[in-house]
Amino acid sequence: MPYPWQELEEAPIARVPTSEIKRSSWRTMRPVIDYDRCISCMICWKFCPDVAIRIEKAPEGHKYDEIPVIDYDYCKGCGICANECPVKCITMEREEVGP
Amino acid sequence: MVKTSLPREEYLISGHFACPGCGAALSMRIALKALGKKAVLSIPACCWAVIPGPFPYRNLEVPLLYTAFEVTGASVSGLSEGFKAMGEDAIVVGWAGDGGTADIGLQSLSAAVERGHDFIYVMYDNEAYMNTGIQRSSATPEYAWTTTTPVGKREFWKKGWKKDMVGIMVAHRIPYAATATPAFPEDMYRKFKKAASIKGPKFIHILSPCPPGWRFPEEKTIEVARKAVLSKVFPLYEVENGRWRVTFKPARFIPVEEYLRMQGRFRYLPEDAVRYVQETVDREWERLLRKEELSKEGPIW
Amino acid sequence: MKAVLTGNESAAWGARLSRPKIVAAYPITPQTTIVEKIADFIANGEMDATMIHVESEHSAMATCISAEATGVRTYTATSSQGLALMHEMLIWAAGARLPIVMSVVNRAFAPPWSIWSDHMDTVAERDTGWLQFYAENNQETLDSVILAYRIAEDRDVLLPAMVTEEAFILSHTVEPVEIPDQGAVDDYLPPLDLPHRLRPGEPVGYGSLMMPDQYMEIRYRMARAMRRARRVEEKAYEDFWDTFGRLYAPVEEYKMDGADVALVIMGSIASTAKDVVDSLRERGRKVGLLRIRTFRPFPAEEVRKALSSMDAVAVLDRSYTFGHLGALATEVRSALYGSSPPIKNYIVGLGGRDVRVRDLEWIVSDIEKVAKEGLDREITWVNLRGGEE
Repeated sequence: MPYPWQELEEAPIARVPTSEIKRSSWRTMRPVIDYDRCISCMICWKFCPDVAIRIEKAPEGHKYDEIPVIDYDYCKGCGICANECPVKCITMEREEVGP
Repeated sequence: MVKTSLPREEYLISGHFACPGCGAALSMRIALKALGKKAVLSIPACCWAVIPGPFPYRNLEVPLLYTAFEVTGASVSGLSEGFKAMGEDAIVVGWAGDGGTADIGLQSLSAAVERGHDFIYVMYDNEAYMNTGIQRSSATPEYAWTTTTPVGKREFWKKGWKKDMVGIMVAHRIPYAATATPAFPEDMYRKFKKAASIKGPKFIHILSPCPPGWRFPEEKTIEVARKAVLSKVFPLYEVENGRWRVTFKPARFIPVEEYLRMQGRFRYLPEDAVRYVQETVDREWERLLRKEELSKEGPIW
Repeated sequence: MKAVLTGNESAAWGARLSRPKIVAAYPITPQTTIVEKIADFIANGEMDATMIHVESEHSAMATCISAEATGVRTYTATSSQGLALMHEMLIWAAGARLPIVMSVVNRAFAPPWSIWSDHMDTVAERDTGWLQFYAENNQETLDSVILAYRIAEDRDVLLPAMVTEEAFILSHTVEPVEIPDQGAVDDYLPPLDLPHRLRPGEPVGYGSLMMPDQYMEIRYRMARAMRRARRVEEKAYEDFWDTFGRLYAPVEEYKMDGADVALVIMGSIASTAKDVVDSLRERGRKVGLLRIRTFRPFPAEEVRKALSSMDAVAVLDRSYTFGHLGALATEVRSALYGSSPPIKNYIVGLGGRDVRVRDLEWIVSDIEKVAKEGLDREITWVNLRGGEE
């Protein structure tokens, strides 16, 4: 990963987005959304410090056209989403196996 | 499409190095939703100097210039005048912690505000030197445990009320100063939008809860910040050209004890100290309301 | 255009002709008249720049760093305590590879307070990654600002540069100075084109944390740039000669042909020493002078070439690095390693003490004695009341 000096710019300029790094190994608890109870209010999305909840198109026939989807590649398992969910449809489940 | 209370554009990139539940990471996410593509950040030594990760990584979709601890005020001055000279349209943002603002960076911030360059300065206040490991700053609240104000047999807690940075900024006759917290993201978003629309120096004080530093579980970040507002510990207000306006007046307040007791840093607090904090925040809240009322007649600097 | 200018006016003219867009500076004696002159230029519309009236030298450099990072040319000036306060940001400017140019009026450090000349302030910043040019007179003070931008902004260099002139001896003393034509300067010094400038909308992290597995490589690039500056400097002098008809070099050899002993000097003392060399030469004494103009990058090869055949070398330091020799003596000694004539270090002129003709004549006599009899001591303080222990 480190670059030989020939491949560096003169100034120390970083250009690679951190999305290249998976963060799932930080997680000890995993948020799981119960979509039967989820009201798609997107409060979980709004409060995520890791931008790890995406708003995605719901499957055909779902009661809302969009749903929050947790991106487990980047979720650190802080649990803010579960704590803030107004209908308490997110549960934190123990990560049994490391990624 | 589901309606969201904030725009969907993201300028904070996943995979960053902030601790789980970091209030400062979330604050940046909300701020940049308001400021958008034209933002250019100057960030001194603070947690946010580490959150984007080591070289070659970046976690923002806008440029970030890293600067030394005490120079954010000078840096935003240089950026602002530099871009102007280059004919570039940029929203220059200084983004510093409480130590970098209220302690080591106060001199250059004061000078930059007095000169009146066009920039937004953000103090994301986690109430101690968190990047170096929870040492006390002048923004640490009275009675807080930190690693340099430990609870021992002879000496304990941080002494003295925390420094009032908005008050200091208003005394500079700054065009716009405000408080905000990620527990009220729409309020924060609106304040950043407003700041971006005003010429000259702007100052936003963000209360940014820190789970490891304040000793609370990481899922409680928003709850702690909300309770800071509901208990009058951290009122949400703005001061525009000397006109004070409280932007959120809770229908019902909670006792400060509820806010203090959920944080390990206040674990040892005796009843009389809790009472003192309650009396102080009550008085400060009344004072704030009076300033709001009085400044309707004319600016209060 | 010929004019009678002080050293500080010369520095201000050098800045004006180089067209910086941002000037950020803080007043300190004896630098103030540089900034005052620039303020006049700007106020009269003779210079298209913004002056940022910072609250400290530390902020002056910090402001220049951030402004320069947007791609504009910046200028500042300071002295002594102010330069010392800047120290952290000097390192930052170099590490961020920003070709800022700064005039420094050499002044002694407090305590005890002194506003007079010596080289302690800039010598103490030797290791910050800045190019350093020591001017001998007011003309060189002006020319060196233009030269410094030309060298510093070269894509092979991209390092900041400081131009020094001594307090009062140059800064407040008038000399006839040729002010170059603006058009000629514009041809000689193209606008700054900073490859890594910040652009709104282009996401980068400029200066982020670097781990141990990568840090040495970025420092190697910096060391390489300092090395490559030597060649860029030569070319800058060649073109300067072609454009303006004045010749500069990293080291100036004065009557070194046929010399048995040499004085090595930085800054304005060289002017007095040239007179001394002239008169001693007339009396048949075989003494020459080597003036070091460029202290960083140190012209070791040129120094070696000029001095290795001497019978003895007298290095005059207008500074002292407590605990060893003067900084110039240390550098000269290391440049001559392996071919070493005896080198004696003379500490002169601290805190503005005059370095008189008779002091220089004594140094020449003393070094002639060293050439004949060998080194009696490594270092001596010249014109010290009470003599040395």
